[in-house]
Amino acid sequence: MKLTLSEKIFRSHLKDEPFPGTKVLDIDVVMCHEITTPVAINDLVARGMDRVFNPDKIKVVIDHVTPAKDTKTALQGKIVRDWARRHQIKDFFDIGRNGVCHAIFPEKGFIRPGYTVIMGDSHTCTHGAFGAFAAGVGTTDLEVGILKGVCAFREPKTIRVNINGTVPAGVYAKDIILRIIKELTVKGATDCVIEFHGDVVKKMSMESRMTLCNMAIEAGGTSGVCMPDRVTVNYLWPFISSEYADKKAALADFKKWWSDKGCSYVRVIDIDVSFLEPQVTYGFKPDEVKNVTELAGTPVDQVYIGSCTNGRLEDLKVAAAYLKGKTIAPSVRGVVSPATPKVFSEADRLGLIKIFMDAGFCVTNPTCGACLGMSNGVIAPGEVCASTTNRNFNGRMGKGGMVHLMSPAVAAVTAITGVITDPRTYGKGGAA
Amino acid sequence: MKHFGGKVLFLDRSDINTDEIIPAKYLTEISKEALKPHMLEDLKLDGFDPDSSEVREARVIVSRGNFGCGSSREHAPWVFEVNDINVVIASSFARIFRQNMFNCGMLAIELSESDISSLFDHKAAEASIAFDFGGSRLTISSAKGSRTYDYRISEFDRALVEAGGWVGFADAKY
Ligand code: SF4
Repeated sequence: MKLTLSEKIFRSHLKDEPFPGTKVLDIDVVMCHEITTPVAINDLVARGMDRVFNPDKIKVVIDHVTPAKDTKTALQGKIVRDWARRHQIKDFFDIGRNGVCHAIFPEKGFIRPGYTVIMGDSHTCTHGAFGAFAAGVGTTDLEVGILKGVCAFREPKTIRVNINGTVPAGVYAKDIILRIIKELTVKGATDCVIEFHGDVVKKMSMESRMTLCNMAIEAGGTSGVCMPDRVTVNYLWPFISSEYADKKAALADFKKWWSDKGCSYVRVIDIDVSFLEPQVTYGFKPDEVKNVTELAGTPVDQVYIGSCTNGRLEDLKVAAAYLKGKTIAPSVRGVVSPATPKVFSEADRLGLIKIFMDAGFCVTNPTCGACLGMSNGVIAPGEVCASTTNRNFNGRMGKGGMVHLMSPAVAAVTAITGVITDPRTYGKGGAA
Repeated sequence: MKHFGGKVLFLDRSDINTDEIIPAKYLTEISKEALKPHMLEDLKLDGFDPDSSEVREARVIVSRGNFGCGSSREHAPWVFEVNDINVVIASSFARIFRQNMFNCGMLAIELSESDISSLFDHKAAEASIAFDFGGSRLTISSAKGSRTYDYRISEFDRALVEAGGWVGFADAKY
């Protein structure tokens, strides 16, 4: 029987099938943040079931609102902090060591090919970049995950996307995934895993693969997935070097998760990116996507660079390459949130933080920040933000505000000119 | 088991997302009750008034495709629950939202697009829907008449509704 990557993971982790079509899986990593976890903790306490299935398989971060902005968010932090201590969860990342969940957990080496991963957060699909089955869940599923280390799923089908061609200068993983979401629509991948294949993906860094997989949910997908290869081995090597004789052995082991030749896909999409333009969203849904040239000249009030989509070092490097020696338009407020402390300190070491500050950007601590309009970077009614995040829903960054999703390259040049700008025609370009 | 049925709120749009159902800024609340006044506050829908009596009295929502897309926040079913809305009927749901509904012992019912359209025929007529949970049937009634529909939910989803949610079910079994 020919199987897809996620079918292999479902078979290897199947604990029970209580009813036909319902698969209860053993979960390798349960990840928690301070927004969706406190209600689960309180409910477990209220039920007299304040236990965790395995403290070493639970990873916790405070990232959405940090530092706390008021009594309520301070209390959310306190609930997860006290709980992590009480249960001796050693991988708990509090202020000073915290960062955006989907950036910091991979960086710490918590994700491996073939793993099952859940979190009370829809962008958990990001971790599929490592060849894992990683799915966002609600608080009740999270609560059961914490308590029992299991989660129930309908087995998803798989959509295969082949990304080939030569990536043009000024075009990045973000443009590619926006183009794919336009094709799939916001519901085209519901109850499906999206597998990313092709020469372009093979050459991509883990950071870019995470950008691709991060937005699978914006097409309704359960998880985005890349086949774990040499790039994956190299990224994970500091964490797995004691487990394998050498990188070759690790690669051979990882390959067992690859989708078999001849496995079944519900849909196959072929994309040639050779003539792809930078992509920008224009409405309140992430499938409302146009070429940057069609939106060029649209004035913006704020530019936000950060989030689990595009807040990693690679993204800051791209943006800083355009911003070096430049000043952002006086009409624009620039905000950059490096996704993790490691990203922040590397960016500092490379002089990127200074470039951002000299250009007039506010550099915040690692946090979700403006992405979901809960703490800093909220925009006023009628204002427009050019953003490297993943959601442009109405009100997402502030009631009555408008968000245009784009790559760090488009965001950077847009900050300089004050209007949506094509990075290919502005100054120097860059390669993906 | 929860009570299902009552007055219908029609939301005539697809892709209604969880940010529209309950904006992120209220996710700092750790009690479900505190969410109550903010249901559907940011819904982008012409003529929609979240403070209307139609919204306050609703017990069932009828909508179009891909209902509940976006964030995984279970605050979306919770804000419905504390407003006494225990059922959403739509032509399709986002995966996480659908599962969250059943995990809370609530109903997310999928009907075909043509059945959904025929439900919308009752839109301007103060419709209500009654449920026969055991028989998997629902009946809509209004000044325009009444009609019964069969629906299908999985055995697992039915068990969750009967158990009052997933935590009790999982704790007993695993
Ligand atoms: S950066 Fe934005 S999308 Fe990512 S986890 Fe934080 S709030 Fe969610």
